[in-house]
Amino acid sequence: MRVSFTVNGRPQEADDVWEGESLLYVLRERLGLPGSKNACEQGECGSCTVRLDGVPVCSCLVAAGQAEGREVVTVEGLAEYAKERACTTGACGTSLDEARRWAAKGTDSQTGEGVELSPVQQAFIDAGAVQCGFCTPGLLVAADEMLERNRNPTDADIREALSGNLCRCTGYEKIMDAVRLAAARQSEGV
Amino acid sequence: MDFLRPATWEEALAAKAEHPTAVPIAGGTDVMVEINFDHRRPEYLMDLNRIGELHEWETEDDSVRLGASVPYSKIMERLRTELPGLALASHTVASPQIRNRGGVGGNLGTASPAGDAHPALLAAGAEVEVASVRGTRLIPIDDFYTGVKRNALAPDELIRAVRVKKADGPQQYAKVGTRNAMVIAVCAFGLALHPETRTVRTGIGSAAPTPVRARAAEEFLNAALEEGGFWDNGRIITPSLARQFAELCAAACNPIDDVRGTATYRRHAVGVLARRTLTWTWESYRGSARTSKGAA
Repeated sequence: MRVSFTVNGRPQEADDVWEGESLLYVLRERLGLPGSKNACEQGECGSCTVRLDGVPVCSCLVAAGQAEGREVVTVEGLAEYAKERACTTGACGTSLDEARRWAAKGTDSQTGEGVELSPVQQAFIDAGAVQCGFCTPGLLVAADEMLERNRNPTDADIREALSGNLCRCTGYEKIMDAVRLAAARQSEGV
Repeated sequence: MDFLRPATWEEALAAKAEHPTAVPIAGGTDVMVEINFDHRRPEYLMDLNRIGELHEWETEDDSVRLGASVPYSKIMERLRTELPGLALASHTVASPQIRNRGGVGGNLGTASPAGDAHPALLAAGAEVEVASVRGTRLIPIDDFYTGVKRNALAPDELIRAVRVKKADGPQQYAKVGTRNAMVIAVCAFGLALHPETRTVRTGIGSAAPTPVRARAAEEFLNAALEEGGFWDNGRIITPSLARQFAELCAAACNPIDDVRGTATYRRHAVGVLARRTLTWTWESYRGSARTSKGAA
């Protein structure tokens, strides 16, 4: 069957989709978006977390056909998504200072290098919250959604929001640091 | 496999009548696991996500009609006052991602003895509203679970909603697992005080082939509370009363040994949860009784 839906703001179509296929499989194998990770395939690990009509879900548990006509945001679209959200809350555009500091520079060919990150992605890097990186995309999507709902999360709020995401490097303390950092920067409007 | 995509409830019932083997999928948190692991290859998969009314609830005079697909996250956020037991149970379901998709209809359809909603529904005395092209019927929750992962649904029927009386007293829910998230219950216990009828109802999960009530324990407690005038005098539940209630709840279990726990442990833990939830709810009842009387 054919499935048509919006991914990261762009209309997408996937053909020859098997009826029992998951949204995760369609994203990774048919649309070339391997950011959402395939690990447990049973909703235990959260590494496939995406936003489905804004709601964080495990994409391995959404039948591809259920995504028909819906809007999906994956980790690949997170920076753009966060930027648009900032715009609707009035914090967008380029500051005078930023404009003055701007210089033309090339981006190298490595994927992701030189592109803009969402605040939560930057906080993960700054706090050293990325080890092997496999759980990171799911954590980023879940953490970003929590920060959207809750601008001043307590540690308990963070733990609960991320309770469906497993990190087997067990680097949870740095992950907590990263989310706290993102929350602090968000409330300071940095 | 065929993917059926009914746009309305009537279309869904017609499709289920035409293809009784069709597997309904809503949150997908059970069905997709089975498909992903090749445990199930249904001939027809029927998506219920397009049917808006399944995601809605209506609050009537003394009850809530909860659509089968209302996600757990909504129940725990929006129905805490009306359905406190079910709201607590909903909060123990898996993780935010799962609670955003899964709902009570799927728990009932799967009818796993470990389903988190069951003890709360048993304790509250819910009714399951099921429908087919032949009509609608209400199945009392006590008659719904018929065996391990078996329920009272006919092949052409779908679960439309659950009807639960608004709480008329304190309700509690407790669950044993290795952590606070992402656990299948080792065992679970739901308890509801019903001051209007002066009864206590219970529900036990994961400790018998189906979710069950501890009927002997309920009868014992109902009689003891009545006899001692507890509902009126708001006395504290004596330790011996709580202990006997706990023992009878443990005796109502018929558990197995499995990877999550032994039968002996489950029986013991259900007793502990029964005692705790009784104490919590009764203390809350006594507190509210004192407040409503305005006593200093």
